[in-house]
Amino acid sequence: MSDLTLVSPAASHKEAGSAAVASPFTGHSKVIAPLGHFGRAVLRVSEDLIDAVSERLGVTLPREANRSATQDDLSALWLGPDEWLLISSEPHDSWAASLQQKLGDALVALVDVSHRQVALGLESPHVEDLLASGCALDLREAAFPVGACTRTMFDKAEVVLWRTGAHSFHIEVWRSFARYVEGLLRIAEEEG
Amino acid sequence: MLIINCPYCGARPELEFAYGGQAHIDRPVQPADLNDEDWTGYLYLRENTKGIHAERWRHLHGCARFFNALRDTRTDHFLATYKVGEKAPEVTRP
Ligand SMILES: [Zn+2]
Repeated sequence: MSDLTLVSPAASHKEAGSAAVASPFTGHSKVIAPLGHFGRAVLRVSEDLIDAVSERLGVTLPREANRSATQDDLSALWLGPDEWLLISSEPHDSWAASLQQKLGDALVALVDVSHRQVALGLESPHVEDLLASGCALDLREAAFPVGACTRTMFDKAEVVLWRTGAHSFHIEVWRSFARYVEGLLRIAEEEG
Repeated sequence: MLIINCPYCGARPELEFAYGGQAHIDRPVQPADLNDEDWTGYLYLRENTKGIHAERWRHLHGCARFFNALRDTRTDHFLATYKVGEKAPEVTRP
C-alpha cells in the first residue's frame, strides 16, 4: 500500500503553525490534517465536587451536556454528566502530574490518556457535509455551535468531535483508528 | 435510522446505543439467603413481553450512561426514556 508512506510534515501540512505531525497519506488534503501534540486526561467528578474541582483546575467544568470550556491552554470537554476530557494545547511530560497536584485531596478519578488518542483537524466551508459522510448527528451550527463537543461514531470508529469554529472541528480519535478516519474524510473530500 | 432520546444528551442516532436487558431488576440484598430457584430467577429469567417493555439502554458511544426506556417490542417504537432511579413514566400506546 504505497499511500501509507510517511511524508514530512512540511509536505503534508497546509499551513505553518498547524503543528509537526506527519499525515500517513501522501498527497495534499485541503481539509484534513493531523494536529500537533496535546495533553489529554479523562476526569470523573461527582456532582457535589464539580464546583470545587473547577476552582482547583482553573477551568469551569461544563454541566451542560456536550459543551466545553477553555481557560488559557486547558479545555474541559463534557463527555458525560460526571465525565470530562481535559485537553491541554501545551503538554509537557509532567502535565498529568501537575493536574494531580492541583486537584489535591479531591476525591476524583484522573486518567492520563495523552497517548491513547491523536487529534485531527478538519477545516472547510463544507465541514458539516464532510462529517455527515460518516456521522449521523445533526452538526449544523444551530444544533452544534462553536464549543460544542460530543463522543460519537464516525463510521466504525468512536471519536470525540469538538467544534472549534464555524468551519472547523478538532477530532479526537484513538490512534489506531486515526488513519481510518483520516482516509474516509479524504475520500469524502475527493468525492465532494 | 431510529432516533433515541438520551435523557442526558437528547435525540441521538441508534448506532450510538447498546441494549442492556430488562429494567428494574433489583439485585437481592442478601444473595446467600436465596434458594437456588429464586437465585436462578434473578439471574436468568426475564419477561418476554409483546408490547410495552421497560428496558435498560446505554448511550455507549455518547455520554456512556445507562438509562431506562419504554419500548413497544412489536413496533420498536420508543415511548419514553428516563434516568436510572426514576420511576417509569405513564405512557399510552400510540
Ligand atoms: Zn447520552
